Amino acid sequence: MPILVKDSEKCVGCLICMFACNRTHQSAGLESSCIKVRSQGGISRGFTVFVCRGCQDPPCARACPEDALLVRKGGGILLNESKCNGCGYCVNACILDAIGWNSKTNKPVICIQCGECAKNCPYKVLELRAHDKE
Amino acid sequence: MIKNDPLTRVLYIDLTKKRFWIEEREDLFSQFLGGTGAAIKLLQENCPPDCDLFSPENPIIFAIGPLNALFPIASKTVAMFKSPHTGNLGESHAGGRSAIAIRMAGFGAIVIKGRSEKPCYLSIHDDKVFFRDATTLWGLREGVSAGRLIRRKEPGSGLRTIMRIGPAGEKLISYACVTLETYRHFGRLGLGAVFGSKNLKAILVTGQRDLPVTDFKEYKSFYSEILKQLTKSEKMKKYHELGTPANVLPLSFSKGIPIKNLLTNELAGIENISGESFAEKHLGRRVACAHCPVACIHLAALRKPYKDEPYFYRTVYLSYDYELIYALGSMLGINDSVSVLRLIEEVEDMGLDAMSTGVILAWITEAYEKRLINKTHTNDITPEWGKADAYIEIIKNIIRGTNEFYQDMGKGVEFASEKYGGKDFALTYGKNEMPGYHTGYGAHLGYLFGARHSHLDSAGYAIDKEAMKKSLSENEITERIFTEEIWRQVISSLVICFFGREIYTPEMILKCLNLTGFNLDEKGLLTMGREIYANKYRFKIACGFNLENLTFPKRVFETPSSIGPLNEEFANKSIKLLKEKIKSLL
Repeated sequence: MPILVKDSEKCVGCLICMFACNRTHQSAGLESSCIKVRSQGGISRGFTVFVCRGCQDPPCARACPEDALLVRKGGGILLNESKCNGCGYCVNACILDAIGWNSKTNKPVICIQCGECAKNCPYKVLELRAHDKE
Repeated sequence: MIKNDPLTRVLYIDLTKKRFWIEEREDLFSQFLGGTGAAIKLLQENCPPDCDLFSPENPIIFAIGPLNALFPIASKTVAMFKSPHTGNLGESHAGGRSAIAIRMAGFGAIVIKGRSEKPCYLSIHDDKVFFRDATTLWGLREGVSAGRLIRRKEPGSGLRTIMRIGPAGEKLISYACVTLETYRHFGRLGLGAVFGSKNLKAILVTGQRDLPVTDFKEYKSFYSEILKQLTKSEKMKKYHELGTPANVLPLSFSKGIPIKNLLTNELAGIENISGESFAEKHLGRRVACAHCPVACIHLAALRKPYKDEPYFYRTVYLSYDYELIYALGSMLGINDSVSVLRLIEEVEDMGLDAMSTGVILAWITEAYEKRLINKTHTNDITPEWGKADAYIEIIKNIIRGTNEFYQDMGKGVEFASEKYGGKDFALTYGKNEMPGYHTGYGAHLGYLFGARHSHLDSAGYAIDKEAMKKSLSENEITERIFTEEIWRQVISSLVICFFGREIYTPEMILKCLNLTGFNLDEKGLLTMGREIYANKYRFKIACGFNLENLTFPKRVFETPSSIGPLNEEFANKSIKLLKEKIKSLL
């Protein structure tokens, strides 16, 4: 069940999704969020949301030298914290820039496909949806 | 307070010595929450009341509060300084990403002192402050904006705030604003000129961190409850759909929107500058401040053809609000939306406070009509109601300071009317130009006695709305204004956007505060509010503000308001009552 960015043109840049993601990762604030919202070169041009799309064959997992990222059935990954050495290769491997970083734990923040961001988005920019069956 | 909450850290920056340090100030935040409460204490500590307005001693203070980055719509930063416009308390509030960025950088307040030898901008990344050269950005007029250049050079995209000044701030126009995130402003009372006097072009702040709460499970469920109310409640609808310009038509109907320097209360074709009309013709995008689901920022897309090149257009996005439509529209007798937007663009490009600019242009027009000034003053420009081209030229002349008259116009209506006459129609209150509500006694009393002479100090227009249904006595009106301003000290210490005030009831606020480690009751909050309000007045008076001899501009009595013609006797009695109430605080 990956998160889809339905229409980033509708994004108002309120960051409510980032705060929701942070709460999912058991904290208030923004450091534990794996979502990024960026203006497209100035606010007048609107925003782009960078959120994990739950790749079937995720490059982040392939890049991990410690096998700390487990590929889930149906897309998405799980982080095995005890294996993670904090190298950050996964962050660089994600072309969507959808992996966060917690500087206190020195470990990545990985989307758990919970859908809280979509549920909280006031403008339905994000949607939680099952992978299309081909 | 929660022990490891970074809110208590105050970042001090000395521009003269290029030094910075952090002080732990739990005392400040536990006693006054943050925001306006903390800022006024920091101002009292760091600003000699008799200091010269453009001297290095005049500090710039930014403060946020415990609810920022924890609860939605707590999205504002309070700026404090000694105002170059009024000579006393300078206080202005802005959203954008500023509050979240300062909280995420790990501070509750920032105090900037001294003066940089050369133009500079500050880049604040968590605990580090970089003093960057801005000589190339100074005087930048065309082509590329300072904001865009800084965006390109600095990290932190998506979470950072970039506060910057335009030409008006560099030229020390007393009502220059500070712009952030392109569309939000520390608009009123001249913070831009204080930046300019310090050779400070811009400030970037960024950071990212988690924050502590007392009970995470409870926090999560309470957050959801507030978010639901903010997105679903009817109370928020007006900000949500048409935005603040929804007020243009109702206020025009009730004769509350000032027209042509308040010479009249009728403007033919006002429906062309209504919120409905702007939405239909121009609304191109809606955006939000960080951590606010409301997205009240309405951007108009204005397509402008190039005069010298066929089939070449540029499309600019401009933020419009009720106050801008009033100041740069109805107040100038302008009844077409494109003209309003062209004036908004000019004011934005120059970095001026839109409200003061509009009132100054209106005063110039009437002074010209009454022959107090003539073409030698205006450099052959004829100011005329409804004519945007002339107004744009006048603004350019004020910025350039092309002659003595225009240099004087850069100091506000109070200064202008003292020198050139026309005091009876000078719409200023404590030297600050009038906001867009001629709704009744409440509005005018609020401007006159509000600590920052703003319509948002006590929202007198809302009290007038009540008085339209059932008349209120002098006692009732002044009591409401007084208690509202006290309560608003609490809201702006947290710092919640005033648009969320109906959702954030005292009960809600106490619960939020509890989750951030403050154990207070409603009485305690109000005591705090009174003390903060008193501190502001103490500072004003120390700067030389005189509570005596305050009156409404004469014009106010000449044009009927929403509650009908205003009576001088009623006004004077109310002024006397409110003055006594404020004195009782001190």
